[in-house]
Amino acid sequence: MNKLNFLTPDKNNLYPYLYTGTVLFLLSIIIVLSNSLFNLDLIYFLPGTISFFLPLVLGFIGLHLIRIEYSGIKLLEIINKKINTNNFNALLSLLILFVIIKSLPPLLNWFIIDANFSGDSKDACSGSGACWAYIKTWFNRFMYGMYPNEEQWRINLSFVSLAFLGVVGFFATDKFKKFLTLYYVVVYPIIAFFFILFFISGGPIFFDFSYGIIAAVISIILGFFIPSKFKMYYFIIVPITLYILLKYVFFYEELIELGKLESLEWVETGAWGGLSLTFIVSFFCLIFCFPVGLFLSLGRRSDLPIIKYISIGFIEFWRGVPLITVLFMSSVMFPMFLPQDMFIDKLVRVIIAISLFEAAYVAEVIRGGLQALPKGQYDAAKSLGMGYWKLHILVILPQALKLVIPGIANTFLALVKDTPLIFVVGLLEIVGMLNLAKTNPEWLGFAMEGYVFASLVFFIICYAMSKYSYNLEQKYKTDR
Amino acid sequence: MNIKKLLPQLLTLLVLILIFGFFSYNAQLNMENRGLEFGFDFLKYEASFDIQFSLIEYDGSHSYFRAYLVGLLNTILVSVIGIIFATILGIVVGVARLSKNFLIERTAAIYVEFFRNIPLLLQIFFWYFAALRALPLPENAEPILGVSFLTIKGFFVPSLIWNNLDIFIYSIIAAIISIFFVKMYARKKQDNQGIQTPVLKISIGLSIFLPLLSFILGGVDASVELPVIKQLSQSSFTYEGGIKLPPELIALALALSLYTATFIAENVRAGVQGVGKGQKEAAASIGLTPNQILKLVVMPQALRIIIPPTTNQYLNLTKNSSLAAAIAYPDLVLIFAGTALMQTGSAIEIVSITMLTYLTLSITISILMNWYNNKIAIREK
Repeated sequence: MNKLNFLTPDKNNLYPYLYTGTVLFLLSIIIVLSNSLFNLDLIYFLPGTISFFLPLVLGFIGLHLIRIEYSGIKLLEIINKKINTNNFNALLSLLILFVIIKSLPPLLNWFIIDANFSGDSKDACSGSGACWAYIKTWFNRFMYGMYPNEEQWRINLSFVSLAFLGVVGFFATDKFKKFLTLYYVVVYPIIAFFFILFFISGGPIFFDFSYGIIAAVISIILGFFIPSKFKMYYFIIVPITLYILLKYVFFYEELIELGKLESLEWVETGAWGGLSLTFIVSFFCLIFCFPVGLFLSLGRRSDLPIIKYISIGFIEFWRGVPLITVLFMSSVMFPMFLPQDMFIDKLVRVIIAISLFEAAYVAEVIRGGLQALPKGQYDAAKSLGMGYWKLHILVILPQALKLVIPGIANTFLALVKDTPLIFVVGLLEIVGMLNLAKTNPEWLGFAMEGYVFASLVFFIICYAMSKYSYNLEQKYKTDR
Repeated sequence: MNIKKLLPQLLTLLVLILIFGFFSYNAQLNMENRGLEFGFDFLKYEASFDIQFSLIEYDGSHSYFRAYLVGLLNTILVSVIGIIFATILGIVVGVARLSKNFLIERTAAIYVEFFRNIPLLLQIFFWYFAALRALPLPENAEPILGVSFLTIKGFFVPSLIWNNLDIFIYSIIAAIISIFFVKMYARKKQDNQGIQTPVLKISIGLSIFLPLLSFILGGVDASVELPVIKQLSQSSFTYEGGIKLPPELIALALALSLYTATFIAENVRAGVQGVGKGQKEAAASIGLTPNQILKLVVMPQALRIIIPPTTNQYLNLTKNSSLAAAIAYPDLVLIFAGTALMQTGSAIEIVSITMLTYLTLSITISILMNWYNNKIAIREK
């Protein structure tokens, strides 16, 4: 056996070092673990400061001893490479390990072991853990706000059908692939808008919507029997005629007033809320802010001076002010700018305000993409005789937008995270509902559970979005 | 200028003018109907509301303009605190993200992913309504470092009472200026003679020596005032003396810095990773030490990538500090666009002033940033 030198462990005396080091390291872990799991102080006989630092010192020496290069043991190599490259790293690793060991049991206790899952009143929650019964009782409110319970199927149905319409594009056959952009940019938003406007809010206006749907369905079915030569005229004339017929001849509005036809109950936008409102607001803002931002970014790079400076002014204005003041403006200042008898719904105002706000950010992101394109692309397209719009739609934008996928995704993420701010105008989405539930006298003192729940919900949504955008970025990455 | 270029511009201008005309016409009509008058006279009137926390002297008898200043200063205060902590935390986490140590890298990554995917408003609510409410009452609070108390009513820290504070401040300014000159001299000497001057040691010496001199010669004097517990009534206690940081300020600064730090951390990581490997190898091959490589090769290039987006984050933090209104921290939005607007009803003026204030702040910072960007941009042929 060679001489042992404890300051520089080496391969020649592998096993003495390895065993002593492992024992010391495990000892330090066991001390902390027993302390946090069973509340057992194994080193109670030592004075306070020493017992506090002992696990750290033991673990540090242990890690130092097992730091042996080229030992040929796989596990040891991995440990050394990952957490034990030098003394400083070893110390940090130990600290993190101890903090995790110390904090995991209390967290687990709070989340699961001591938590109450059942019950429907405050009395059910007597333990020291979380009161998930609170979330369970209020779950409907957190999801749908003040929307009447028996009408909530309308929101569910809308979201399910919109999601269905959204994923339809993935199954499109090659024949329809070329229409996908048109579908997602123009048709889908319009369908979604009417769906939510008419179906979720209901009321007499719902009939307009249902006539439209019926007219569309009938004309599509009949359309199969029309020779393709006349199809275009057919699809312009027939649906509109059908709609007018349905509205003014067959189902005359008096029938509704007489009660022979039951309409969907009118739910005003003030009652919308919860997570569904988060989705509605972020969905519409997302749809509206993108085209506006696109035009602003083109405007900012235009060589027409008036358009250029208007775009710059617009973008810099919205980027310079906080969203909360924009919402203040939409709620207290904007009504002053409208004629007295004109009233725009609160939700619509908020959606417009947030869309304009985010559009400025989208514009700057797209401008980054436009600037990154080499000038040769413009010149080449121009030399082929392309005009401004053709050049941008066919050559520039497809490349520029591909470049800015991560930036746009970040802007959309920011948009989703900004929706809770609509509490300023009195609309309560999930965070607003939490604050309302928190002040309910029967459920006082469960703020923590509510916020943890909402945090998890937002984390899942935003994390999924950011991962999806990362995938998209990888998919459309082209070498240049 | 041909007609094809002129027409769209004129049309846009016309539409804009029409919209503005429509809005201002309606505004005029509406204000007449409500008996309001457009103007900024209300700024001089007595505000007659109290503000919980203010840096300058203020009570109800002061004017609305004074209230505006209080709000602005509170906004700046929380922004500055947030920026300082966010920068420190962001750099630490960003460096940790680059660590070869698996545990450190993962911990930092989890922190970043978690905190930046949760809305800031939710985080503010969490700290204010859930976390800080779990703090002890003033009478049960344990002293931190023996002198400060973190309680449910706020953070009580000792304050310094100064004599001749102005001389002390002058001495610090003098120290900064002299350090600047030393640096210039050192660079000149290096350029001309190739001799290095120990700038860091001289700077530290100067920044200790000059303020110390002001204590000895300038008659500057500071004494510490400790917070002392005081009974208000049977079951209500508070601390007197020292400085009280209200819980709203703590929650807001905490949430802002934890949230913004995640973005700064990502900037730092991107910046350091953005420096090509060849740069480090080239530096090593001409015999620079690791410290010199970091200082002379990596950092200048990394900073070029880091600073512009980080300034943007500072700007975002300042704008996000307006969320203070949600937890009643008396910032510009709460005081001015909230209370003052309710009392005076001058919606258009007040919202415009508030927006213009933020706009001025942002535009100033972005002009500075553009100037800096142009200065450090690589000059290519």
